[in-house]
Amino acid sequence: MRMIAFANRNTKEIIRDPLNLIFGLGFPLVLILLLSVIQANIPVELFQIQRLTPGVTVFGLSFMTLFSATIIAKDRGSSLLQRLYTTPLTAVDFIIGYTLPIVPIAVVQCVICYIAAVFLGLEITVGVLYAVLFIIPVSLLYIALGLLCGSVFNDKQVGGICGALLTNLSAWLSGIWFDLDLVGGLFKDIAYVLPFVHAVELERSVLNGDFSNVFEHLWWVLAYAVVILIVAILTFLRQMKK
Amino acid sequence: MTAVRIEGLTKKYKDVTAVDNLSLTIDKGELFSLLGVNGAGKTTTIKMLSCIVSATSGKAFLNGNSINDDSDKIKSIIAVSPQETAVAPGLTVKENLELMCGVHGFSKEKSKSKIAELSRLLSLDEIIKKKAGKLSGGWQRRLSIAMALISEPEILFLDEPTLGLDVIARSELWDIIRDLKGKITIVLTTHYMEEAEALSDRVGIMRDGKLLACGTPNEIKSKANTENFEKAFIKIVKGEVI
Repeated sequence: MRMIAFANRNTKEIIRDPLNLIFGLGFPLVLILLLSVIQANIPVELFQIQRLTPGVTVFGLSFMTLFSATIIAKDRGSSLLQRLYTTPLTAVDFIIGYTLPIVPIAVVQCVICYIAAVFLGLEITVGVLYAVLFIIPVSLLYIALGLLCGSVFNDKQVGGICGALLTNLSAWLSGIWFDLDLVGGLFKDIAYVLPFVHAVELERSVLNGDFSNVFEHLWWVLAYAVVILIVAILTFLRQMKK
Repeated sequence: MTAVRIEGLTKKYKDVTAVDNLSLTIDKGELFSLLGVNGAGKTTTIKMLSCIVSATSGKAFLNGNSINDDSDKIKSIIAVSPQETAVAPGLTVKENLELMCGVHGFSKEKSKSKIAELSRLLSLDEIIKKKAGKLSGGWQRRLSIAMALISEPEILFLDEPTLGLDVIARSELWDIIRDLKGKITIVLTTHYMEEAEALSDRVGIMRDGKLLACGTPNEIKSKANTENFEKAFIKIVKGEVI
């Protein structure tokens, strides 16, 4: 109940910011439309709608990192958290309260992308449903990254770190915008040690009904999500006691 | 009856002693002001008493509950209005109050009646639907105090509640604080001497984490051998009074 009250507040703060709606929901949509137009004129296998859409839905989650990081960093910068620390809210309430509101936003973002993709020619299959379902564990990874960044950096630093650096990192090392085999070597090795490419391949696999490699990618994503979440919780708790 | 009993409370940050062996008692229903220049240790004292930071050594009891051992119990009987305005800017005044009701686990009926009661007490009705972030400093402070009062605290900490307010807003807040006197125990920090003299039953003057003097405003003036409270404060802080 207490946590729900806090989560409700976070939901309102996030969805009432027009920039969040523009970037969170609008930007991935623009990317799908734009790249589909390019694909129509200059066909590239990577940008075929059944390969492009899972990539964009994962890339769109970078904004969930930004949302979670920004709200925590802003709260830390204001005295609101200090006030809330003196209430019966526990550390677990705080972490779940920050995480919970962003999961449905991530799902809505994903659903909007798939609706657009269907209009652009994506075949409606049960894979679409799986892709939306599997976006939940992937979103936990991105939200956890946000929790960590928000617990470490201030709101201005968060804009640079999550808004620019992390977004680029997740774009380059995910195989969404170019095939990692084109670069190969160490770059590809690094990409496959990080979770982003696994998140994209997980989504592509489930959308296209190829479940043979799903768990291999899912474990990578979940392992990173859990580790980052634990580090984020410990960092947040440390900040609480400061 | 004693509301706050502090025994040798000390807080050290590396080689800086923010609060040094502080001992004092505050009676139930009393308004006690902590005075001191910047860095005197006032806010750190409040943070320790409200269980936001742990003490390096010493003890303190709030209505019999130890800050070292009973922090959950303490959080249920205190409220803090922090130095900076601690409101959720994207939420309306009503939603801010609902948030505080929620984090204290109030039922819908109780939330409704508490919000109505505090809106009446602090004259918030005219701004109840406005976003907190759009309010003037005076209204934000008023809301901040309403948010602190909503949990029906036995002990209320007001950390520089009138900082940065204009004369009218300050005078209105003084009236609100006067209305609360005797009903709950209030620990107030302020830089404004006239505020401390006008509102306090007793004051404690701190410097470098140490309590230099403690008594009613008249006792403080008498101790410093002056009729002017501000001059008395300056003489005590400068060490001109033994």
